[in-house]
Amino acid sequence: MTGEAQDGRLDGFTVPDAPRRPGEQAHFEPWTFTPQDLNRPDPKTCTSADTSEHASGLVRVLDDDGIASGAWHPNLSPDELRQGLEMMCRLRIFDDRMMKMQRTGKLSFYMRSLGEEAIAISQTMALQEHDWLFPTYRQPGCQFVRGRSMVSMINHCIGNVEDNVKGRQMPVHYTYREGHYISVSSPVGTQFSQAVGVAMASAYKGEDQATITWIGDGASAEGDYHYAVNFASIFKPPVILCVVNNQWAISTHRHFASGGNNFATRALPYGIPSFRVDGNDFLALYSVTKWARERASAGMGATHIEILTYRAGAHSSSDDASLYRPADEHEHWPGGDPIDRLKNHLITTGEWSEEKQIALEQQLDEEVVAAYKEAVTHGDLANGPWPPASTIFTEVYEEVPWHIQEQREELGK
Amino acid sequence: MTEMNMIQSLNSALNNMLESDPNVLIFGEDVGYFGGVFRVTDGLQEKHGSNRVFDAPLAEGGIAAIAFGMGLNGLRPVMEIQFADYIFPAYDQIVNEMAKLRHRSGGEFSTPVTIRTPAGGGIKGGHHHSQSPEGQFTHTPGIKVVYCSNPYNAKGLLISAIECNDPVVFFEPKRCYRGPFYGDPHNVPTWKGHQYSDVPEEHYTIPIGEANMVMEGDKCTVIAWGAMVHVAEQGIKDSGISCDLIDLQSLIPWDKDAVVNSVKKTGRCVIVHEAPKTSGFGAEMSASVQERCFYHLENPIERVTGWDTPFPHSTEWDYLPNPQRIADAIKRTQED
Ligand SMILES: Cc1ncc(C[n+]2csc(CCOP(=O)(O)OP(=O)(O)O)c2C)c(N)n1
Ligand SMILES: [Mg+2]
Repeated sequence: MTGEAQDGRLDGFTVPDAPRRPGEQAHFEPWTFTPQDLNRPDPKTCTSADTSEHASGLVRVLDDDGIASGAWHPNLSPDELRQGLEMMCRLRIFDDRMMKMQRTGKLSFYMRSLGEEAIAISQTMALQEHDWLFPTYRQPGCQFVRGRSMVSMINHCIGNVEDNVKGRQMPVHYTYREGHYISVSSPVGTQFSQAVGVAMASAYKGEDQATITWIGDGASAEGDYHYAVNFASIFKPPVILCVVNNQWAISTHRHFASGGNNFATRALPYGIPSFRVDGNDFLALYSVTKWARERASAGMGATHIEILTYRAGAHSSSDDASLYRPADEHEHWPGGDPIDRLKNHLITTGEWSEEKQIALEQQLDEEVVAAYKEAVTHGDLANGPWPPASTIFTEVYEEVPWHIQEQREELGK
Repeated sequence: MTEMNMIQSLNSALNNMLESDPNVLIFGEDVGYFGGVFRVTDGLQEKHGSNRVFDAPLAEGGIAAIAFGMGLNGLRPVMEIQFADYIFPAYDQIVNEMAKLRHRSGGEFSTPVTIRTPAGGGIKGGHHHSQSPEGQFTHTPGIKVVYCSNPYNAKGLLISAIECNDPVVFFEPKRCYRGPFYGDPHNVPTWKGHQYSDVPEEHYTIPIGEANMVMEGDKCTVIAWGAMVHVAEQGIKDSGISCDLIDLQSLIPWDKDAVVNSVKKTGRCVIVHEAPKTSGFGAEMSASVQERCFYHLENPIERVTGWDTPFPHSTEWDYLPNPQRIADAIKRTQED
């Protein structure tokens, strides 16, 4: 449906569509971007105008053959890279296990990070340990970097007596204060503008502490996205604003999130430097985040990043993506798979092998199964034991007011 | 008549309205190509075109605002909020704008928006896929508030809402989309064979403002809406006490005659809703019954409601009113 004018009459307004629907051949235009395309400006002096090519281009470090090069090469040690690979694989295997448990009723619902594992893990590794993370449900991987045990994560997902949020929230709505990982909330987008306030508080207190936050391409249509960018442009707090453009918001294509083709350039007129980065390139993600962190430390304020990627799995365990997009579309994504790409890079540089990869996956699978077995000894959603019903009434306020106390007594549990 | 579940009857209502009125447009998150996360708009885009049934950006405030504008300019928009919990980014547009347009413009403008939204608990949705925020809208003069409970009233009420020239917030109890919910999570019947699952294919209306007497009795009046109608039915059966069960259906305006006549007959009243107790619509019902039926009341009015807390995930069966609590309340109204 397009709004064409005929004899001075408009034939309706424009309603976009997704480029490909089920039954059609999946296809993306091949990328022409290379690791050589873009310079690395000085984060301490850079203006938004200095990043206009970075926002309309694509920051890449790894080429299609797994070779790292260019101004954004972060020169991470092989150990650091292997750590990143290990955590990405851990997340994928963890997700697969949780999905299986969901099918058996042990948890009510689940959301995977499939195809987006590099984002949370690489970016969290690029930050300081005490920096705030303000994620969506699609960045649980941060917690591996910050040392959260899988048992503790599973306890939350299956809502058992050991769930640190006491069975109150749906699965994948993690809270992990120790890791400076702020409680995930279902209403999408809300964290994005809240993060600006978190960062303003850090600046006010004079702490060298940055805040990173993420929002989906879909949720970037919410007011919260626009509040965040505007407030950040005005108050210039140490915040890193990331739009994860994975092409889809449930069944809604990104064509319904923005009339333009690019999310990165949106921040430029606000005076905020902005980059578009290959979201399946672990090294590029790391490097751009490190740049933003340096800028934050220098007191230069916010950085805006569009992370270009593809949601390879269904939206959630409740969703069947083959009903609205070609089932194999993810296989055609020009950015490939983040795990394969880092693995190939390590193999190409002689730091890894297919045999080691198989052994690693096997070991991780065993660790995940062991964690799962331990977690279910504390109960699961299908069979209990659940957190006691008294947890419904506590922590609504700092102290339980009389009317809630009365209701608790009425329930008698 | 065709046997339908609530998803099908709502879809049928929307289809009838798209067929009969070219000014009806339907939009919301995932409602277009996919047909909605609960499949209520399934097939409508294919049948009626993407200029009439389409996906919206993920921005409830924006969705409500464009609905306001379209309605003001002669269309009859039917917008979906994917979960009632996500209506709050649109709250300003609904409460300050839609609700007041007719009044603030001296009657020169109005906007006949229908806001459909799945509400209520029972699907392990935690804090933000379970709330039942009808009270946040009944407290706003200028909008009508409807809460369907079965396939038959869902269709008749939705058509009335769309044809209504005032903005209407239309709550759909998502727990009852595929079957009535009697408060027992292990018993999940479908709508098959239910007295309210025979639904005409063609256009019909149930007037906004009329309640439905689901069950008749003489010892107590039980008032409920949404999924709680079925839980209350079970509670009444469990109590063994003869009760009127009033499915209120419309909260604003509510059916004064049905309620007052029943309470004058039974002398007792139990109000059931799943939203929190404090400032819930049950408070309004209770006060109104007291004002209108004081000399007929034999015992204090009882309210059985969700607790004054956020809606929990693991322990939701301890949160939602269940047949036991309702039966106990009915029994208390019978004490001398
Ligand atoms: C305010 C609000 N509206 C609607 C929803 C329902 N919902 C949950 S996720 C989602 C899509 C989000 O897409 P996107 O922002 O692109 O993130 P992605 O899932 O792709 O990571 C929707 C519509 C919600 N959680 N919150
Ligand atoms: Mg998305």
